[in-house]
Amino acid sequence: MTLKFPIFMDSQSTTPVDPRVVDAMIPYFTEKFGHPASRNHSFGWEAESAVDRAREQIAKIIGARDPKEVIFTSGGTESINLAIKGVAEMYREKGNHIVTTAIEQRASLDVCRRLERQGFEVTQVPVRADGLVEIDAIRQALTDKTILISVMFANNEVGTIQDMAAIGKLAKEKGIIFHADATQAVGKIPVNVEAAGIDLLSCTAHLIYGPKGVGALYVRRKAPRVRIAPLIDGGGHERGMRSGTLPVPLIVGFGRAAEICGEVMTEEGVRLAKLRDRLQDMILSNIDEAYLNGHPERRLPHNLNISFAYVEGESVLMGLNKESALSSGSACTSSTLEPSYVISALGASAELAHSSIRFSLHRFTTEEEVEHVGTRTIDVVKRLREMSPLYELAKEGVDLKSIRWKAD
Amino acid sequence: MAYSDKVVDHYNNPRNVGSFTKDTPGVGTGLVGAPECGDVMKLQIKVNLDTGVIEDAKFKTFGCGSAIASSSLATEWLKGKTVDEAAKIKNTDIVNELKLPPVKIHCSVLAEDAIKAALADFREKTASADASAASKQ
Repeated sequence: MTLKFPIFMDSQSTTPVDPRVVDAMIPYFTEKFGHPASRNHSFGWEAESAVDRAREQIAKIIGARDPKEVIFTSGGTESINLAIKGVAEMYREKGNHIVTTAIEQRASLDVCRRLERQGFEVTQVPVRADGLVEIDAIRQALTDKTILISVMFANNEVGTIQDMAAIGKLAKEKGIIFHADATQAVGKIPVNVEAAGIDLLSCTAHLIYGPKGVGALYVRRKAPRVRIAPLIDGGGHERGMRSGTLPVPLIVGFGRAAEICGEVMTEEGVRLAKLRDRLQDMILSNIDEAYLNGHPERRLPHNLNISFAYVEGESVLMGLNKESALSSGSACTSSTLEPSYVISALGASAELAHSSIRFSLHRFTTEEEVEHVGTRTIDVVKRLREMSPLYELAKEGVDLKSIRWKAD
Repeated sequence: MAYSDKVVDHYNNPRNVGSFTKDTPGVGTGLVGAPECGDVMKLQIKVNLDTGVIEDAKFKTFGCGSAIASSSLATEWLKGKTVDEAAKIKNTDIVNELKLPPVKIHCSVLAEDAIKAALADFREKTASADASAASKQ
């Protein structure tokens, strides 16, 4: 098979829509265009039943008992906002303390920061070097004012999968609501809100081969019944938690995408983990001082995150970006000048945080693509090391920490 | 972020990558930046001690593509200039030549710092060499 360029290996930022998903969506743009809240004619009924079907498909992939527990939103960011702010507002009388981790995605961090300005207290529990959060660290962070524990199911940069069942159990013991940001986990690994004791769960369509612009929030209805204040007021759609006309074609696509993931997840996970391991072996066996970030086993099957000592992340991507799309925790790839806070939170030196590269494989990744990206990465890192003053110093036996660097 | 053609060219074909032995007479070395900030530049000049002209320049850079391009360009500009002329290279000249966006201006600042550090090192070494030569007479 000939390679098609550029090769997309950045599936934790987004995924291509599966053609089967597109097929399912198309009729809902044109002939089946009804408003699901139109109760008095067949256009409305048709749209409503399509939305209900999608609700069932999504409920199934997250192990929800009742499809009514699934609320549609515009995506992961909105779901996270709705979950955290919704709980904060609804349970403010009960307490003002939220426990989360240091490696949450930006949406969670920023929501928590805003709540702090409004008088809430937020504890960011640190994580271990492999990205796992210790259950005891969460336990110790809890106070009698804690109303919410919010933890990422699987990390977006290093792919580390948390022990959600243990956290869920702790939350139940203490009677605290547990929110899981499962945007990276749903459709990729088994997720079960009942088994893990999750009360609120955020997910999004575009990371599971569905369309951009639609997400969901699971809101537990029984044991306990969780209530959240809405962010958007209006017609009272989605049981009053999220008003606004539902984007039926997107929701249909989301449902179909979830259904396909449910069918292929096990097999796909095995295939991608094998390809990922091949890529990892190629790189680590050919480049000295390349370090795997995150947990070697407890991680998403399609994720690989490596720091290359002595070279900066963006310069690696620049050498690859004509033919492949990857991402970096490097400061230079972002609008800020700070390197990846996730890699830094794992205790890596700032220098290694500047040099992390994330490879994220997907449903359509081929073996040839993996071979190509692996070979090219090795070439580029070696070339950059030849022009790296740090590599030169290290090879001369100079301890880089012994140098007094003149930083601006 | 899209890179300018000139940045891409310097990144793909960096000019004057390498090192001189530090203690060679006429060689000035500048090492600026810090690994934890994501940018380190080593820039070296080799000055003809009779004419005061920079005959050769070399660099090694740890940093993003714009940092590599800024230092590569600096070595190109240094060659053939006298030490005094070299001191007049400004970071804004590098920004204009490479069309660096605002978020990358610090790369050009670092390149200017590297030039200044190399020139200072050269002057210091030459002065102490002169002083020891004078004391021997």
